[in-house]
Amino acid sequence: MEDTDLIILWGSNARETHPIFFHHLLKGIRKGARVYVVDPRRTSSAQWADVWLGLDVGSDIALANAVGREIIAAGLENRRFIERATAGFETYRDAVQPYTLEHAEKVTGVPASVIWELAHAYARADRAQLCWTLGITEHHNAVDNVLGLINLALLTGHVGRYGSGLNPLRGQNNVQGGGDMGAIPDRLPGFQHVEDDELRAKFEQAWGVKIPPKRGWHLSGMFNAMEEGKLHGLYVIGENPLHSEADRRRCERLLQGLEFLVVQDTLLTPTAQLAHVVLPAAAGWCESEGTVTSSERRVQRVRKALDPPAGARDDMAILCDLARRLGHDWGQPSAEEVWNEVRGLSPMHAGMSYARLEALDGIQWPCYDESHPGELFLHGRLWQEPVVGPRAQFSAVEFEPPVDELDESYPLRLTTGRHLESFNTGVQTSRYRSPLRQPEMLGLSPEDGERYGLTEGERVRVSSRRGSVEAPVQFDASLRPGLAFLSVHFPDEVATNILTIDATDPKSGTAEFKATAIRVEKLSGHAL
Amino acid sequence: MDTHFNKEEPSTEERQAVDSILGAPDSGSRGGLRSPDRDGHSAVRGHALGAQRHLLLPVLHAIQARMGWITPAALNYACQRLDIPPAEAYGVACFYGLFSVTPRPRRVLHVCDDIACLTRGAEELCGRVEQQLGPPGSPTLEGKATWYRSSCLGMCERAPAALMSIAGERPGEKVFAPASPDTLITALETFGGSGAGELPDHFNARVSVPQTDQGDPSGLMLLSRVGRIDPASIDDYRAHGGYEALRRALSLGGGWVVREVSVSRLVGRGGAAFPSGKKWDPANQPQYLVCNADESEPGTFKDRVVMEGDPFSLVEAMTIAGCAIGCKRGYLYLRGEYPLAGERLAHAIKTARDRGFLGSNILGRGVHFDIEIRRGAGAYICGEETALFNSIEGFRGEPRNKPPFPTQVGLFGKPTVVNNVETLINVLLIVQEGGERYAAIGTHGSAGPKLFCLSGHVARPGVYEVPFGSTLRELIELGGGVAGSGRLQAVLLGGAAGSFLSPDELDTPLTLEGTRTVGASLGSGVVMLFDDTVDLRKILLRIAAFFRDESCGQCVPCRIGTVRQEELLQRLHHGRPIGSVEGEMSLLKGVGQVMRDASICGLGQTASSAIESALLRWRLF
Repeated sequence: MEDTDLIILWGSNARETHPIFFHHLLKGIRKGARVYVVDPRRTSSAQWADVWLGLDVGSDIALANAVGREIIAAGLENRRFIERATAGFETYRDAVQPYTLEHAEKVTGVPASVIWELAHAYARADRAQLCWTLGITEHHNAVDNVLGLINLALLTGHVGRYGSGLNPLRGQNNVQGGGDMGAIPDRLPGFQHVEDDELRAKFEQAWGVKIPPKRGWHLSGMFNAMEEGKLHGLYVIGENPLHSEADRRRCERLLQGLEFLVVQDTLLTPTAQLAHVVLPAAAGWCESEGTVTSSERRVQRVRKALDPPAGARDDMAILCDLARRLGHDWGQPSAEEVWNEVRGLSPMHAGMSYARLEALDGIQWPCYDESHPGELFLHGRLWQEPVVGPRAQFSAVEFEPPVDELDESYPLRLTTGRHLESFNTGVQTSRYRSPLRQPEMLGLSPEDGERYGLTEGERVRVSSRRGSVEAPVQFDASLRPGLAFLSVHFPDEVATNILTIDATDPKSGTAEFKATAIRVEKLSGHAL
Repeated sequence: MDTHFNKEEPSTEERQAVDSILGAPDSGSRGGLRSPDRDGHSAVRGHALGAQRHLLLPVLHAIQARMGWITPAALNYACQRLDIPPAEAYGVACFYGLFSVTPRPRRVLHVCDDIACLTRGAEELCGRVEQQLGPPGSPTLEGKATWYRSSCLGMCERAPAALMSIAGERPGEKVFAPASPDTLITALETFGGSGAGELPDHFNARVSVPQTDQGDPSGLMLLSRVGRIDPASIDDYRAHGGYEALRRALSLGGGWVVREVSVSRLVGRGGAAFPSGKKWDPANQPQYLVCNADESEPGTFKDRVVMEGDPFSLVEAMTIAGCAIGCKRGYLYLRGEYPLAGERLAHAIKTARDRGFLGSNILGRGVHFDIEIRRGAGAYICGEETALFNSIEGFRGEPRNKPPFPTQVGLFGKPTVVNNVETLINVLLIVQEGGERYAAIGTHGSAGPKLFCLSGHVARPGVYEVPFGSTLRELIELGGGVAGSGRLQAVLLGGAAGSFLSPDELDTPLTLEGTRTVGASLGSGVVMLFDDTVDLRKILLRIAAFFRDESCGQCVPCRIGTVRQEELLQRLHHGRPIGSVEGEMSLLKGVGQVMRDASICGLGQTASSAIESALLRWRLF
């Protein structure tokens, strides 16, 4: 990131949501990197940008396809890379044909000349990074959005080389690690597919048990299963779905309808307050041993510095005790013993002994054996001669507007996001004071504020097709008319997710938090 | 950028001031009025705005000239336009003496009370002004005006001097030298600004360059045209040999010019005496030529006189240098207190450009070089070359650590050649005569002619041109001998950063090597005479106050040392030493040593030089 020439932040306000990553980005800027920010709001990240593209919420694919089309039309695609390392280019080329700059301007609102500039700058950069966050993934067509961006990297060859690549920014220190360890419905540790008989057999042999041969549910699937009466018990570890899920009313109803709810957490979260059993857990980052894996795939050691308060226990100890009660005696393994088991079963972690993690200040996977230094970036294989492994696939994706449509009753587009000083639903942050924090406010453009005859600080009713909340109004110059903003940090003050829609992406299971149709009313009852 | 602007909205006047430099804003994100249609879906900032940072100083000048001070709303607006954190821009604004960040009347009078003017009645002048206008800095004339004491204004040959400025729609500046209290106070009420057609000053070659009035001026090589041509006429300039050197340089090529400059043994005339030929090495691939015209050493005015009397010569010399070293862009950093020089140079540059001597395709030879004037704003330190770069770039004019030297990392981080005015005009002579013949002028160790600034108690103060090798005595005789009481007490050589010499050192040759034998240096060519009626202690106090005031404060030895030095002299002057006088003297030497050893630039390194040289020669306390 620090040595690249061009950085695209697409659907990411990294300045506030990934402040440490942003420091590295700033070093890149300092060295001369150009920054393009694609975001409906003119966020604090966008203010650092050379160019801000303020697209309309949910029009990302139209923009990405137009960028791709322009690159091809201008003959700037990396023909040689496409030919030797990718597949499906012709289909993609035909699919983006209708996405002219003019068409994209109509759909996204971004001037054609600015889209042109992004296309040419990205294609002509020697090194370019394409980063995204929830602005891409919290949509009903999240996976298509991501594929649309991947297409651009394949088109230009900005992948698998030093200073060039695709960067989905992770929201926590160990989101990557959770996925790596198999906390995904269809994967075993090390991204090994559960439906692959050979791989599953390896785990069954090591563990001495049968593993269900089919994938499980992701989070949205679980809620659907609750609704359909197929899921009766839920064990929640370190998550606060009552506040974090879209369409909060439905979520609350389904959780309350469970026969058995167990919550294991460091704090008595609102979800925990609904639970039949609460298991107090030690804080992972200071009260237990283990590892975390960061956004850059770096596995790092975590060391215990404090004893947990009375009654709270290490997650691992709780799980082992639970296993024993359920008839499986796993003993009382140390964190290192568990890690060595991971290394034995997951080839990409095989070379990461605790001693090496310590000596090398963490290692980036894959690391296949103890002589392997880890990999600075992935997909270098695409540049090997000949290409090692399968070709990278272009994916033709089509623009679809957000599910929650705007109409006369719900004329404003609400999008959600986060602030620098707070984290998600506030479980970890809201009990600490911050000089930056202000109460939750509905952000409106100054023009809308004036049009609706509102004064700053005035409380209004915000309604979507699913419910309504009250919030004070703040005029926010980062918003244009028609666009509104709420954070998700203060569910007790303003339960934003009462408004949001649970239209989920079938592939990722993520709900469309970013696009809600709302209206704003004065509390006196007059519709605005 | 992560910056927080205050909510001050600029007035039309404030907008106009900033827009006069930056043009009208093209979008809401760049300081314009918010327009959702235009600004709702895209914005351009970042490097495009960052690349304009260098316009901050011109913008601050425009605000100061329009509003009379740097108002918060105007600063706020300028910062939005340039993407600069307001706190940082404030730091730049308050760095410069000519800018005020607190409300100030629109008419301001600066009366010089520095050492050259002190010998010519500056104290009496300030006293009379104070009697009529009240203490310095206080509003006067019904709040419309105020006045300040000022350090050297570079008008020493016509001391005592004053500079007046008026802000508003028709801003302007006017120099008064010699100044009388009555003319100053009348002018403070009636001065209408340059918009009213008033010239900022009147240049009189017979006063400023007395040699032009003394028999045969043909011996003058650098000043040959001063007083003989109309400084505003390029045709007059050409009729007197102007632009012949450029033609010759272009036909013989850049390599030839650089070689001749090396052969000539020309060394920098700004004080450091670095061989110019080495700076000009094309292997460094210089991107910028910077002319250091920030002549601020107290007692120095030679560059001003050249720029006022023969501005085209500097433009031509810069063009030759730029073309020879292969850079396309030149900056002329001009001292803020030189309004007439600024006007004459701006005119000369424009005329030269119009007539094909500057800009693209010079003389039809396919070479390109252009010059931009940047005005300083009252900071002595900006004469230090790396501080000057920072000033042009829009930062506080604080010196950088060296190495890297400007030839490697200079203006905007690029290899840069920086020379002062006098050095550059020598190039005309070198090109015309050839390096070898030039090298034959002067002495073995110091080649060429040299300009000296005679001031103080001398019969005819002014700029004098002599070949290197003349003695101090000869120079004083050229200037008509000692004035005042007629009995010489001391000579200050090289300015505030130079050294005092006593009357028995008058046979010192004014060469680089000759001055070294008496522990002095030529510095910027200041030769300031003090008769035996002058209280040298007051001169030392003024010098100490000057350095304390002008220290940029960046590095500790200088920031603290200049204050301690002044305090110590004050104690001695008031007869209240801490401990013994001997103890104080040794402390003073210690402070000077620390400043010499540990300051990062020449200001701190020389801040004790003149004071120590005086205390070495006379028992003053």
